[in-house]
Amino acid sequence: MTDNKKIKLAHGNGGRLMQELIEVFRSKFSNSILNEMADAAELDPGRGKLAFSTDSFVVKPLFFPGGDIGELAVYGTVNDVSMKGAKPLYISLALILEEGLDFSAIEKIASSVKKASRKAGVKVVTGDIKVVEKGAADGVFINTTGVGVIGKDRYSTGSKAKKGDLILINGGIAEHGMAILNAREGFGFESGIKSDCRNLNFEIEKCLKASKNISVLRDPTRGGLATALNEIAQSSNLGIEIREKDIPIKRNVKKLCDVLGFDPLYVANEGKFICFVREKDAGKVKKAIGPSARVIGRVTASHKKEVRLVTRIGSNRILPILEADQLPRIC
Amino acid sequence: MEVCGTHTMAIARSGIKKVLPKEIELISGPGCPVCVTSQEDIDRAIIIAELDGVIMTTFGDMMRVPGTTGSLEEARTDGADVRIVYSCLDALEIAEDNPEKKVVFMGVGFETTSPTVASAVIEAKKRGINNFYVIANFKLVFPALDIIAGSSKVKVDGFICPGHVSVITGSLPYRRIAEDFGKPCVIMGFEDADIIKGIKSLVEQINSGQSRVEIEYKRAVNEKGNVKANRVLNEVFEPGDADWRGIGRIRKSGLKFRKEYASFDAGKKFRVKVPKSRTPEGCVCGEVLQGIKSPSDCKLFGKKCTPMKPVGPCMVSSEGTCAAYYKYGGR
Repeated sequence: MTDNKKIKLAHGNGGRLMQELIEVFRSKFSNSILNEMADAAELDPGRGKLAFSTDSFVVKPLFFPGGDIGELAVYGTVNDVSMKGAKPLYISLALILEEGLDFSAIEKIASSVKKASRKAGVKVVTGDIKVVEKGAADGVFINTTGVGVIGKDRYSTGSKAKKGDLILINGGIAEHGMAILNAREGFGFESGIKSDCRNLNFEIEKCLKASKNISVLRDPTRGGLATALNEIAQSSNLGIEIREKDIPIKRNVKKLCDVLGFDPLYVANEGKFICFVREKDAGKVKKAIGPSARVIGRVTASHKKEVRLVTRIGSNRILPILEADQLPRIC
Repeated sequence: MEVCGTHTMAIARSGIKKVLPKEIELISGPGCPVCVTSQEDIDRAIIIAELDGVIMTTFGDMMRVPGTTGSLEEARTDGADVRIVYSCLDALEIAEDNPEKKVVFMGVGFETTSPTVASAVIEAKKRGINNFYVIANFKLVFPALDIIAGSSKVKVDGFICPGHVSVITGSLPYRRIAEDFGKPCVIMGFEDADIIKGIKSLVEQINSGQSRVEIEYKRAVNEKGNVKANRVLNEVFEPGDADWRGIGRIRKSGLKFRKEYASFDAGKKFRVKVPKSRTPEGCVCGEVLQGIKSPSDCKLFGKKCTPMKPVGPCMVSSEGTCAAYYKYGGR
């Protein structure tokens, strides 16, 4: 393909151009289910309950430090399925393309989807492409839906934590959100911050093997760690207490948040998960996750439905849900 | 009293108030630039934004601040072209990219912000960009401090002086407050340790009956301040009278364009008629800004007035006292 080739409305009209476009994807994800090119994919999930999740991706810019929309679309859904305790097996891929988009961008995204789905061990088994006129979308929108199985070697995790559970996180927070913001707004900070966008299914598998007592798994994406914890406190009707000094955050991420007036606890992650586990198993799960894992807090019977933060100086305060968008401060 | 909104937020975030002895009360001052912008100034900006051919640019914090009948955000919903920028230089670029439009930057802020705007104006003149205008709603810290230091309504024992502003102004201008009004002044940074150390210095001065200016933020602040920034500021602007929300007009407490740069003055370019503004009934932002009242003294606080539906500006700005109390709780 030439570099300056663009997506035209005709790429979505069902004709030869569309076949060419579909081939870009089909050739990359070739598998027996997809290759049938039927109207629906026939799946054999084996024994167990199904976990089923869908997500749409509208990230801007399409390519950012540490990833791109293609990888994000695979990992986002794979991770959601994984958080239920399931082994993700299949995903669908639906794209809405804006007329005028560089064809090379689509090829790059298709390669990213291929790389990401291989890495996560899932098959792309069905898909769709639509092209809309210029201005009706912003480059590329992607929807993926994932199916996973909760087999007999696994168990389903819920949304209710238990009193006394310890809370673990697998690494530093706020990397995705700050990488995107820095890339999108062109602040010109050479921060070196990369998105943490990656698949979590194998880490989750290790956790589930290490303990039968995990009550909740959650990936704190939009709204960040604070929002995820608040949701869990509310659905569990219990309190949560976390310690600021134990929450991992890379120095450059913290600094960029400080400069722009963002609270990292509310900034999105794409490769992090929190795990609520019974205290006696916390050590085992921490070991299973690896050296970046930290215990950041616990579930309490007091201050029900509320998250409290023990600050660095040993004081404490409420960690509320986000009321509105975070706005960068002006001085 | 902490003068600066960033201090108010840092104190609330770290929970410092809760660990201080009961004898020490921290009250918030007038140092949130969004909060002290008068309602009439906001109304004027909205009217200008709604004029044909105008692109209004401003900092994100200003978007939701309610004027008498609406906000810039609502004006945008109704079709006005209002854009959030991170720096006045971004507004200048918008002007360069849209020569057929009149691009207006609504400038608010203290000595920290105004030099960057002045440098954008100088740049505009140099590049011959003549479709770029600035609404100069800037404020100077010291005239307001004079009023609070001399007020009989609020008894301030000492001032936590703003770190960022002092980087520009230096520590010398605080001498008047310390010497003429007998109020100790300590310039502090924004880390927990900076603030705690600074409070200790203030208490020591108060207990020993002393009153002088101290810098507890020596890594950024010196006596003279940023000479270059001040030169740039003085090249474009000179002190002029300004209206402060809740306080009223203070002589020479704002900035107006010098003759040589008058062509960039949005106030002169757009001579719009602004109807008499009304302060919303029950809102005590004015008294909160002077430290006379606390947010919990306001009947609207947390009920009619929340960050999602703010009545007064102290609830909108990320640095506003009411927003800090709402988010993190009072003492």
